[in-house]
Amino acid sequence: MSEVCACGGNPALLYTCSGAADVGELADLATRQLSRSKKGAMSCLAGIGGNISGFIKSTEGADKVLVIDGCPLGCARKTLEEKGLQNFKHLTITELGFKKGQTEVSQVSIDKVCASASELLGLCK
Amino acid sequence: MKIQILGTGCPKCHKLAAEAEQAAKELGLSYELIKVTDINEIMGFGVMITPALAVDGNVKFAGKVPGVEEIKKHLK
Repeated sequence: MSEVCACGGNPALLYTCSGAADVGELADLATRQLSRSKKGAMSCLAGIGGNISGFIKSTEGADKVLVIDGCPLGCARKTLEEKGLQNFKHLTITELGFKKGQTEVSQVSIDKVCASASELLGLCK
Repeated sequence: MKIQILGTGCPKCHKLAAEAEQAAKELGLSYELIKVTDINEIMGFGVMITPALAVDGNVKFAGKVPGVEEIKKHLK
């Protein structure tokens, strides 16, 4: 969260699986890049799973939420759904042509994920 | 009951504080209203969007000013 009052226009909240596989790492790094470039605000998936009310209620109240999973297991998506959260868009890295276990995590691949995420959020790439 | 208003101090935060106070009074609650304006302290609640309202440390909602009647439901 930036050090300004967020009441005027709340940012899109971003969640990622941050999984152990290469595609999980790619999801994590792309989410961090989106957050640093102010295209959204990365939030804590563990906070949702850990039942922290602040994260859950912030997600409920957000105008836009994007969840990025590395693979079709969809752990991040399922974590939100377990808490009754349905108001999000979803991106799976392997649907972008990346293969689990065979993906090079590079700036090029991060940028590709960020471009798809930006499109889903309705932002300029 | 400790009612915490989480927000850095914009008009929406003030409106939420006023509505929360009105809701608590109308319910006849014994309460303490605390304005949490430090961004790091707000983030310590896991709150990513403001304003937000917490009761005894438990966040009830965030990113909206829902009105007195809705706030009452969270205070009961």
